[in-house]
Amino acid sequence: MERYYQPEIETASREQILAWQNERLVKQVRHVWDNVPYYRKKMEEKGLTPDDIRGVEDLRKLPFLSKDDLRDAYPYGLLAKPLKDCVRIQSTSGTTGRRVVAFYTQHDIDLWEDCCARAIVAAGGTSEDVCHVSYGYGLFTGGPGLNGGSHRVGCLTLPMSSGNTDRQLQFMVDLGSTILCCTPSYAAYLAESIHERGLRDQIKLKAGIFGAEAWSEEMRRDIEAKLGIKAYDIYGLTETSGPGVAFECSEQTGMHINEDHFIAEIIDPDTGEVLPEGSKGELVFTSITKEAFPLLRYRTRDICVLSRKPCSCGRTHVKMSKPMGRSDDMLIVKGVNVFPSQIETVLLEQGYPANYQIVVDRVNNSDTLEVMVEMTPENFSDSLGKITEMEKGLVAALKAMLGIYAKVRLVAPKSITRSEGKAVRVIDKRKI
Amino acid sequence: MMIQQLSVFLENRAGQLSSVTELLAQNHVDMQALNIAETADYGVLRLIVDMPQRAAGLLRENGFIVRETPVVLIPVSDKPGGLNAVLNTIAAANIDIEYMYSGMGQKNGLAYMIFRVSEPEKLDSVLSGLF
Repeated sequence: MERYYQPEIETASREQILAWQNERLVKQVRHVWDNVPYYRKKMEEKGLTPDDIRGVEDLRKLPFLSKDDLRDAYPYGLLAKPLKDCVRIQSTSGTTGRRVVAFYTQHDIDLWEDCCARAIVAAGGTSEDVCHVSYGYGLFTGGPGLNGGSHRVGCLTLPMSSGNTDRQLQFMVDLGSTILCCTPSYAAYLAESIHERGLRDQIKLKAGIFGAEAWSEEMRRDIEAKLGIKAYDIYGLTETSGPGVAFECSEQTGMHINEDHFIAEIIDPDTGEVLPEGSKGELVFTSITKEAFPLLRYRTRDICVLSRKPCSCGRTHVKMSKPMGRSDDMLIVKGVNVFPSQIETVLLEQGYPANYQIVVDRVNNSDTLEVMVEMTPENFSDSLGKITEMEKGLVAALKAMLGIYAKVRLVAPKSITRSEGKAVRVIDKRKI
Repeated sequence: MMIQQLSVFLENRAGQLSSVTELLAQNHVDMQALNIAETADYGVLRLIVDMPQRAAGLLRENGFIVRETPVVLIPVSDKPGGLNAVLNTIAAANIDIEYMYSGMGQKNGLAYMIFRVSEPEKLDSVLSGLF
């Protein structure tokens, strides 16, 4: 039988959800108007006051927020609560301009953890479970989010963080982990290691909650078979809180968006026009319960489809498909957001030409990032040591910028493919 | 004797080296010594040719990255201990060797070796007394 963390909310009628959304949106717009001059100015430019927003049907009147706004307003420009009321920040990787710093009051943390708890219960979690959290802990939202959710459900929580596979497997065996939370690629890697070491009979895993990067149905089936578990997708972004904005249920046909906290819209990424239900387009979120960092109409740049088809799990909240792509050039590599412009910045700083190519691939279920850089007469030397030293410097600078390792491949000048005069900057070989 | 070495950046791809030798052959440039230092992705081809300036120009015109470096050409007696004597002299003069390789062929009982060192002029003067 299907279980819910907050049944009265998760199975509420459409009318009830809409009533919550109407009430909370009106209140939230007023809160933002009163406390975020940056957004108030945007509303004023459109000739809007909070009185113009009387419910969800007026949402489309409001101006969008984008990553550019986050950059312009960094760090405090979108903060809607005094810092003394905030208890936490979380952040994405990247340097100024690309880094997102989100603020939370205790209330915001509570609601975020509730959302993660819903995902854990939807995956079959109870207080009997041992929840093994192998998402990164720290600024990244993955670890803290699922950790908090796991506490709420009452699971025995293993705050493993990522890496150190030997220890991961040892704890998994010794402490009998039953639910694994990590990126799908790390899950696949762990599954492979378990298989290789013949530990399949010694692990007690029954479910996995895997998010923060794109994964295919094929990969799901592969992980499920190797670990003997059910694998659930989870979605979120730092801008809206973190994981738990949407999560999969037993039907595994899309992720229920927590509509009591977030209003989802699908827009045409080019015109900004709201598209009819069932259309494929860019996902836009409005946080209606967050206090400290309440983004209104935030453009996620993720392309997906929403569905209100009744779900066999009994949950009534709208479902989103897995993201099918991006409406900007952002790449997600190993769960980390990577913009080609960040790589370009590093190359120029390090004295390399801005003619480069990024090759993303998935090898043994793990993402790889390679940056092809053209050699220049200035950087060239008869000494291999000098060249490899420069190469190492570049790798370190990329790591500092992106937060993940990128292999550098030095290539001959003018060897990077140009099509119709325009260089192809990104080659994504992953089949997702 | 101090001479100019050409270094050429080569990607580790089939046909890269032959595209250099082809170009030099067509233009009647004689190669006298050759060495390659490589990593998994690329290599540095070091060349001693009879017409270094002309060869460098040709390579650059054809899109190659070329660097000219002064190196020291040292005749080494082609018998046991020949190289050892030269190395001892270099060590005694406290000169660092970055890399070295041998030239092609042998003349009058002498082999030729190319030395890339921190102070080529100093090495040249140190060795002038040796022969």
